[in-house]
Amino acid sequence: MTRRRRSLLPRTILLSAAAVYIVLASWGGIWERLLSPIMPDVQEYLYPRVGLWTLTWQHCVLVSVSSTLSILVGMGTGILATRSFGRDFLPAVNSLVSVGQTFPPVAVLALAVPSVGFGAEPAIIALFLYGLLPVVRNTVGGLEAVTPAVREAAMGMGMTELQALWRVELPLSAKVIMAGIRTSVVINIGTATIGATIGAGGLGAPIITGLASDNTAFILQGSILAALFAIIADAALDIIENQLGPASTQAGEKEDGQPQ
Amino acid sequence: MIRIENVSKRYEKSYAVRNLSLTVAKGELCCLIGPSGCGKSTTLKMINRMIAPSSGTITVDGVDVHEVPVATLRRRMGYVIQSIGLFPHMTVLANIQVVPRLLRWEESRSRKRALELLELLGLSPDTYGGKYPAELSGGQAQRVGVARALAADPQILLMDEPFGALDPISREHLQNQFLAIQQELHKTIVFVTHDIDEAVRLGTKVALLRDGRLVQYGSPEQLLAAPADAFVKKFVGLDRALKRLSRLLAADFLHPANSVARQAPPELLEAEFRRLEGSDCARYLWVTDEENRLVGWVDGNNTTEKRLNMLEDLVEIDPADISVRPGYSLKQALAMFVQQSVACLPVVDDERRLQGEIRLADVLKS
Repeated sequence: MTRRRRSLLPRTILLSAAAVYIVLASWGGIWERLLSPIMPDVQEYLYPRVGLWTLTWQHCVLVSVSSTLSILVGMGTGILATRSFGRDFLPAVNSLVSVGQTFPPVAVLALAVPSVGFGAEPAIIALFLYGLLPVVRNTVGGLEAVTPAVREAAMGMGMTELQALWRVELPLSAKVIMAGIRTSVVINIGTATIGATIGAGGLGAPIITGLASDNTAFILQGSILAALFAIIADAALDIIENQLGPASTQAGEKEDGQPQ
Repeated sequence: MIRIENVSKRYEKSYAVRNLSLTVAKGELCCLIGPSGCGKSTTLKMINRMIAPSSGTITVDGVDVHEVPVATLRRRMGYVIQSIGLFPHMTVLANIQVVPRLLRWEESRSRKRALELLELLGLSPDTYGGKYPAELSGGQAQRVGVARALAADPQILLMDEPFGALDPISREHLQNQFLAIQQELHKTIVFVTHDIDEAVRLGTKVALLRDGRLVQYGSPEQLLAAPADAFVKKFVGLDRALKRLSRLLAADFLHPANSVARQAPPELLEAEFRRLEGSDCARYLWVTDEENRLVGWVDGNNTTEKRLNMLEDLVEIDPADISVRPGYSLKQALAMFVQQSVACLPVVDDERRLQGEIRLADVLKS
């Protein structure tokens, strides 16, 4: 298909960010070399308690578990709310999810700790709730943008509700839904650093320790790696999004402005 | 056969369709027509259950449509809508194959069928098969829409203002093509339109609706010749006589032509004119060549006085300018009469061979 946007930019970003990440996470000595000229007073340049790869793995688990839940529940809610039987719930779903987004994740963490205790679980709950909004919003938006004529044609031709959804509506809104997933995952990677405050580990641990012990090197370590992580995920999802077909199929708009 | 019996569709306050009964026989092309809001689209959509009637029954070949699973029912009926609704993420071929694939036809069979249909609708499969709907013009897209409806060879076609959004030229072209296809396929068609010319042109039956009720149902000729009431009269328009002419074919009003061969001597010419004197078409003699092809005419007013050699007096013409084809409607023939200001026109076939003549008097009488 010639109409796919074949940009090399996301691939370049993905590869270079991944290369930098591997160097920074594997070669502990590089932090002292890079940071000692600008901050000579620091005693310790490398976060000592847990290896950087272990922190990366913990972060990965937090993000992937919470994002998978966000995507499954978010898409499911979005699909149900746009079906004929679930349409009554659409306004309720929209406002509920918006309220979820206005809650600061720290507040969700604070509320989750008493019920499930310290560790990764409360962090995952908070991240899951926080990542729902972009997925639900884009699923609803993408499905609603499918032209009524296309839906009418699908039904009129004898597709069942499920066939119309699977063969027509989801393929047509895939790009928009994927954009929502991308936003959700990237937000989650950044927000997951807060999980360290309640013992969830991850790349937030050096940041929290650095803040507590006034060690700027630790703070930089955590934040630079978390930022690179987010960039890598963003570029990878961007590539997937572009694989999902030409933008011109979106909602079926026609180039020659067919009169309706 | 589609039988609609005492069907009503009631919304909260008002009726969209009220106690409507209508039977569409097999092979019939029934145009539902009326002003907007008259319930014609609602009626159509109740046949494939896109809308559920509030009361009454609709049967297809004796079976109540509500006794058949809805998806099965719809797969048996082609459905064409004004906004076309092609699936933008599928190629033209994939769009046409939608219903065959739902019916789990073998891929090779459904593909072959899609290619045939593209050919039938005058779109080259090689050029258009792989295109996406966004790359098509409105007329091409609706052709694909019609092909898609025909894909699983349904006996019934439901068409909701299918040509309504097209420009007049594409619309006429598509109407002609569609008529030709229907003459071959003999589908049972329910066709919604708000355009009386389209209804008269395409329909074998026309059902005129107003405020959800059936006002008149009959052949286009009946509707035009004998409007049931003032509303019908107004709806079919002041030019209903002209519209009626568009249903009549020149071929049905053929007279033997008064013609002479090109090599005929002047005496024969004179004799012919004397013979014609007093008849409707006394003034002109059509001139043909050895193979009975029309080459021109001789104007009787000159010849009798000047007695010129016939070949000199022959008005050489491009027969296309003054002749009528047997397939022309009387409306087209009338336009030609007016344009040429004559009372007689020759009728020729595709090879320009003289078939006969038609007379203005017949057109006026019909």
